[in-house]
Amino acid sequence: MKYLKFFLIVIMLFPLSSINAEENDKRNKITKNLRCLICQGQSVYDSDSEFANSLKIVVDKKLQEGFSEYQIYEYFKTKYGEWILYDPGLNKNTYILWLLPILIFLIGGAIIYRSFIVKK
Amino acid sequence: MKNKILPFSIIIIFGIIFFIFYKGLEDSKIYTPDVNTKKEIPVFNTKEFFSEENVKSSSIFELDKVYLLNIWSSWCVPCRQEHPLLMNLNLENKLNIIGMNYKDNLKNAENFLNELGNPYKEIFIDLDGTIAIEWGAYGVPESFLIYNNEIIKKYIGPLNQELVDEINLFIK
Repeated sequence: MKYLKFFLIVIMLFPLSSINAEENDKRNKITKNLRCLICQGQSVYDSDSEFANSLKIVVDKKLQEGFSEYQIYEYFKTKYGEWILYDPGLNKNTYILWLLPILIFLIGGAIIYRSFIVKK
Repeated sequence: MKNKILPFSIIIIFGIIFFIFYKGLEDSKIYTPDVNTKKEIPVFNTKEFFSEENVKSSSIFELDKVYLLNIWSSWCVPCRQEHPLLMNLNLENKLNIIGMNYKDNLKNAENFLNELGNPYKEIFIDLDGTIAIEWGAYGVPESFLIYNNEIIKKYIGPLNQELVDEINLFIK
């Protein structure tokens, strides 16, 4: 009987703690991708300013309400604009940012190919 | 011929990249909020400042009236500066000034109002700063000009005489 109780307790505790940890991970991930608007070069996760602390509360609330990560980003985007995200999406203001590395990579590759491989 | 195209194109490509990054340097690295776009006001529940009773945002803001929502706090120094201007604005009957007390000690806030006067028709409390985020605010003081449940204009930082004149123009 004692063992049974013990097992029951373990079984009941285990999934709960893992859910909690998952929630925490998600929250940390989201707050790391949000820019603290009043502190330069810090994410909401790093900052302890009034603004960042309020934002953390809002993220917690939204997670409890069942918002997905993407929905939370969309929510903040409507409030503060794209600037609040550290990982901006592909749009007309950011396409250079996204395409330039690929372009440089391709051009570099072409140069290497032409001058070293073709020459042989 | 082939040998000439390659260095030439490399120079051009690096020139373009340099130009893009150089232009990028001129962009502001500080958050510049969009102050002119009209937005619906958010819906929220909060508490009234004096009675500490629950209030809904829909009961505060009515259609067809001009409101100025002012986010203030007793610990905020610029709020002290703009307070006389709010007192003056309050003399205009057409404008309803609503206060949002931001992350404040209620006793201190009451002392602040006793000392400098109360220009607000209604005050509600935002203890943890989450309602300010609903409004898209990121500091104190901030003011929002509202008409027909829409934010007409956002004023970041303390109001000055110029902005007050602008608000007066809008009311007329």
